[in-house]
Amino acid sequence: MKFLPLILANLRRKKTRTVLTLGSFAVALFLFGLLATIQTAFNQGVEVAGVDRLVVRNKVSLIMPLPYAYRDRIAQIPGVRLVSFANWFGGYYQDPKNFFPQFAIETDTWHRMYPEFKIPSKEWADFVADREGCIIGRSTAEKYNFKIGDRVPIIASIWGGVWEFNVRGIYEGSRQEDDTTQFWFHWKYLEERRQYGKGTVGWYMVKVDDPDDAPRVARVIDHKFANSPWETSAESERAFAAGFVKQMGNIQLLILSIGGVVFFTLLLVTGNTMAMSVRERTGELAVLKALGFSDGRVLGLILAEACTYALVGGGFGLAAAKLLTLRGDPTGFLPVFYLAPEKMALGLLAAAVVGVASGIIPAVIAMRLKIVEALRRV
Amino acid sequence: MVTVDGSAGAEALIRVRNLDKTYRRGGHDIHVLQGLNLNVGEGEFVAFMGPSGSGKTTLLNLLGGLDLPSAGSVTVSGDEITRLSGRRLAAWRARHVGFIFQMYNLVPVLTAFQNVELPLLLTHLPKAERRRHAETALDLVGLVDRMDHYPRQLSGGQEQRVAIARALVADPTFLLCDEPTGDLDRASADEVLNLLDQLSGNYGKTILMVTHDPRAAERAGVVLHLEKGLLIEGGAAERA
Repeated sequence: MKFLPLILANLRRKKTRTVLTLGSFAVALFLFGLLATIQTAFNQGVEVAGVDRLVVRNKVSLIMPLPYAYRDRIAQIPGVRLVSFANWFGGYYQDPKNFFPQFAIETDTWHRMYPEFKIPSKEWADFVADREGCIIGRSTAEKYNFKIGDRVPIIASIWGGVWEFNVRGIYEGSRQEDDTTQFWFHWKYLEERRQYGKGTVGWYMVKVDDPDDAPRVARVIDHKFANSPWETSAESERAFAAGFVKQMGNIQLLILSIGGVVFFTLLLVTGNTMAMSVRERTGELAVLKALGFSDGRVLGLILAEACTYALVGGGFGLAAAKLLTLRGDPTGFLPVFYLAPEKMALGLLAAAVVGVASGIIPAVIAMRLKIVEALRRV
Repeated sequence: MVTVDGSAGAEALIRVRNLDKTYRRGGHDIHVLQGLNLNVGEGEFVAFMGPSGSGKTTLLNLLGGLDLPSAGSVTVSGDEITRLSGRRLAAWRARHVGFIFQMYNLVPVLTAFQNVELPLLLTHLPKAERRRHAETALDLVGLVDRMDHYPRQLSGGQEQRVAIARALVADPTFLLCDEPTGDLDRASADEVLNLLDQLSGNYGKTILMVTHDPRAAERAGVVLHLEKGLLIEGGAAERA
């Protein structure tokens, strides 16, 4: 800490250069923060997936349905504790850009299948009692200002017409990464009104007694319906969510590529800054060495300067990204939109690594400086 | 006691034996110092004079552990510094040597106080102690009221006085001054020389000074001339 004034004084040497370098780190880490937020949004399903839940879908495609009659047959399989199901509704509110996911759910089992979603008992009871009732996630309710008691018209892209629902409850997630954009209504209401696809469901969710037994149960389910007109594909909820993300392309690779390019550019910019900074004060570094600063200490001072650029600039960038995410998802399409503390820590670590990498060559040059030769340049 | 004849000098603070320094420039060897001997007793004020290129600064660099000789040895307070590793030599410099340069060589982004405090950062002194020491050193050179000023806000003479305070603050075994008045007007030079005089006379500091200026050399107790890589005793000057 006693060397901090010396490090900070050196950062004040060329204020414009310092501001620009800090700005480079801030912009890069701001971008990193947003990319990390988007990655979290895409991986949200994977991250929150229950270890004791399976998803059973039509083997051909997720958009192909399964018979409602499978419910009881799946429930009879040893190791299965609970079976529920849902249908994708695919509607929108007033305008196609006002999209949020709507699911027709089985009200008897849904709440037990997803205990991570918190709903007051009275609201749930009101919802169950109202065939046209719906439950809306907190973030969607806040975004469209839906309140309990409102009547919400949803235009059904798949099933046709305008479907009206009564808002009976607002659910919350028990974890920050839980998706609170969903809209749930009675599957029975869908079954009554739709003109086709009757007697089918979109997919089943299966809760197993023992998570370690889940692969066996999945195999038994698929075997049970093999060679039928409606073959199934059962997999863990995590695998299902990961496969869903994969359908949209390799988001992870895309984000890593962008991040990699940004950090590499940053490395070059900061490396150049540090090289200039060291070259300008060759004489001063020689004086420090003459006063008794060891080679290692000079190396440490230069690296500390580079890290200060990285951590201060990066800190500003991440703070700005955090502030932006606190304002909510600007696209309206992402299930969650938040910058996790561990991602911020990862960003700072990456910035520090870039800082050290950018400073290492100038620092080694400074460390190897011959005092007598350097003093001649003063 | 200062001798250049290679006599034993067992009591000497600084003992230089058969010191050679050869540079290689453009394929030719340039012998700057050749078999140089020197004994300097504690509390002596020695001036080195000689024409440009005679090796004065080279000698000072070798005495201060800034450079290594081609042959020979330099021993200070019993430590043969020519055998120390880079890290130990740095620690030795911090403890034993106070440097005063012709161009002051203050760090421009640090205040006078921070410049003076620099050598103390290498010690284990707590912050309050460092402050006390730095203020005392600045007081000694008469600049305690300018401690928050940056070098650009000081005159050349004041800058050199800050540099003297920096050299003194860790109470080194000896001071090495390389043309300390070379960049100063007469009045400022006199101020600096008076200070060195005071340090030598009142505080018994051992001072080795390279200078071209005969008036500066007059302040030293002993003036040595460096010619053709060897030291020649030039006689003791009368103290002012």
